[in-house]
Amino acid sequence: MTGNYASAYGAKLSRAEVIAAYPITPQTSIVEKLAEFVSTGELNAKFVPVESEHSAMAACIAAETAGARTYTATSSHGLTLMHEVLMWASGARLPIVMTNVSRAMAPPWSVWVDHMDSIAQRDTGWLQFFCQSNQEVLDTIIMAYKICESKGVMLPAMIIEDAFILSHTSEPVDIPDQEMVDSFLPAYAPEFKIEVGKPMGFGSLVKPDQYMEFRYKAMLGMKAAHDRILRVEQEFKQVFGREHGGLLELYRCENAEVVLLTAGSVAATAKDVVDSMRSKGVPVGLARVRAFRPFPHDEIRALGSRVAGLGVLDRSYTFGAAGAMFSEVKASLYNCPKRPVTKNYIAGLGGRDITPKTIERVFEDIQLVTKRGEESEVEWVDVAGLPRWWR
Amino acid sequence: MAKTTIPEEEFTYPGSTGCPGCGANLVMRYLLKALGERTIVSIPACCWAVMPGYWPSNCLKVPILYTAFEATGAAISGLRAALDIKGIKDVNIVGFAGDGGTVDIGLQAMSGAAERRTEAIYVMYDNEAYMNTGIQRSGSTPWGAWTTTTPVGTTHDFKHEAKKDIMAIMQAHRIPYAATVSIAHPEDFIKKIQKAKGIRGFKFIHAMSPCPPGWRLNPMLSVEAARLAVETHMFPLYEIEHGRVRITRKGKGLPVSEYLKLQGRFSHLSESEISEIQSAVDASWRYLEEEEKYAAQAGINE
Amino acid sequence: MTKSYEEIPLTPIADMPSTMNITGLWRVIRPVVDKKKCKKCTICWKFCPDAAIVLVEGVPEIDFRFCKGCGICSHECPSKCIVMVKEGSD
Repeated sequence: MTGNYASAYGAKLSRAEVIAAYPITPQTSIVEKLAEFVSTGELNAKFVPVESEHSAMAACIAAETAGARTYTATSSHGLTLMHEVLMWASGARLPIVMTNVSRAMAPPWSVWVDHMDSIAQRDTGWLQFFCQSNQEVLDTIIMAYKICESKGVMLPAMIIEDAFILSHTSEPVDIPDQEMVDSFLPAYAPEFKIEVGKPMGFGSLVKPDQYMEFRYKAMLGMKAAHDRILRVEQEFKQVFGREHGGLLELYRCENAEVVLLTAGSVAATAKDVVDSMRSKGVPVGLARVRAFRPFPHDEIRALGSRVAGLGVLDRSYTFGAAGAMFSEVKASLYNCPKRPVTKNYIAGLGGRDITPKTIERVFEDIQLVTKRGEESEVEWVDVAGLPRWWR
Repeated sequence: MAKTTIPEEEFTYPGSTGCPGCGANLVMRYLLKALGERTIVSIPACCWAVMPGYWPSNCLKVPILYTAFEATGAAISGLRAALDIKGIKDVNIVGFAGDGGTVDIGLQAMSGAAERRTEAIYVMYDNEAYMNTGIQRSGSTPWGAWTTTTPVGTTHDFKHEAKKDIMAIMQAHRIPYAATVSIAHPEDFIKKIQKAKGIRGFKFIHAMSPCPPGWRLNPMLSVEAARLAVETHMFPLYEIEHGRVRITRKGKGLPVSEYLKLQGRFSHLSESEISEIQSAVDASWRYLEEEEKYAAQAGINE
Repeated sequence: MTKSYEEIPLTPIADMPSTMNITGLWRVIRPVVDKKKCKKCTICWKFCPDAAIVLVEGVPEIDFRFCKGCGICSHECPSKCIVMVKEGSD
């Protein structure tokens, strides 16, 4: 099935109770499938056909505060329209789960994949999972509810699928048994919810002399998410026999001289390149950022201390700075006594295909800079007019 | 001893941080008297987001969901969906928003909630400007008014746009019930809320909410201003049921100057400008009367 | 008084009545009720925005901890038995 259907099945198996969503390419088939499930009664939920993405998230926030497990999905401009209320959802400590079908921002208009929309939400206090396969999408949605609804976390999560590459491409996906999911994921039972008979106000005005303490608590929730992600994945593996690599998935990084770090579906292509290069005796590896939030500091440092060169491929760009993943990896490594040479590669924006050939050349470039011991900042890959990469 | 003409039980505590003489305080007080304890109120950014007090103070005896500014319509849809899926019945869901959060930034979400026939009562308390942020003009500010963004000054730059007719907008949504209410007529107010409570679907209530600081009005005259608004036809009391207009209080048709002269925000208006207001109000009132007659003749909602 | 992060809920949930706010301190003028002239019509109670008037056998008792001195009760009273005087005078 497609990644979108995997999302829909993930939400269905998780027994989402209120779904409020607005259509946007290429997320539409998620919402259509869920509307079908609700209509036939296969999913016992309320479907709220809201009139914008901002309202979709606002409705989810209200419903989650009232104690219902909620789900929504969006992409690109829909996600960025929600930005205000994404911050609200995390500040309100609501474990909403959302699929973002990561798509480029306009102008120029594009419906194809890149990660700028998702990356732009990294400050919102949401957990962020970048998926590499449709199976991972389905599994991660179920795991996300369990992670987020745990008392020590209580933060929302977004599961990121690459536009069209995952959302509209069919891959084999195993659909877990509903009973097994029920045993793994109990009903949502929050400590506080808005209800008649309890005259509480949710989201009050707080003076400067008390605000910081609430933010500190949210920080602790995100911090706790790190271990919770690992724990829940182990539990998932015990029940369903599958895992997806924790926060940072390492592929053939043992004895690797240089490693490419990236996120999303391009990692799958890169693994193929690693295999082919390894078969020729080149010691390369691939590190896949699965959880961008919470950022896997410990895992990055552990990896960084073992390799000579670490290239970061960002499918996004933070204007005036560098690729966000690169910046955060570098910051993570800054204080380590033993650090690799690092370099940033910007690729794949607006759906530009990242081919195995390109990845191979990126690996060669990492090896080159590692040998020279130079640390170049950012390089844009595959841009017409830059003779180095464009043929 | 006279019996009270409205329900005695209070659902608001004193100690709200609204201004002395705040009309919105009365709007909420009457609303909750009519609806009772099984009520959840959703409040966006507005005066009423601040009035219950700083955390942990709550001046209402019912739960409140505070939301982002434009989100009231979406929030009440979400609340109702959650209660429905949980099988929790017999709960009034109220969206309680200011004029800015309804006719301007909140219009889209409210329109969506009305179109989805969300089972809720949406109350717009109308103090005719963005009062919480310091008296800036909104789509609901009446023609002629001073606000901080229509500052009059030396250029005579008062608000030159007409007040958005939100009741007509809701009429076009063909909702089952919409009504205007006034703090000067609490019995009528409560009756209309109780009527709305008993109707299925999306209900809209437009409550005029005099604001002493924003209108440059003596706080003692808050209720008086509301009374004169009705009597001068500047804020007529009527209902619209499935598109059909019914006037609920004729009013004496006093000259608008009686109402305008109480408020400093109109003090810069010339005689001819006040006449312009008078003509516009007279025309609106005649139109309302015609609509009422037409609806009866056309047999709408019979 | 700033509470430790361990003592606060996850998100600001307000659960205390607003009677913790002594809004009576705002007053610059205060209402004085002539109980002998009072006809017990209940109108002052009806129009108080702050619900700071309680009826005791029909006669208004003003809770001066919360009365803001807006003067609506005085203006609306049909018997003219509520007079506004400067706060602090007697």
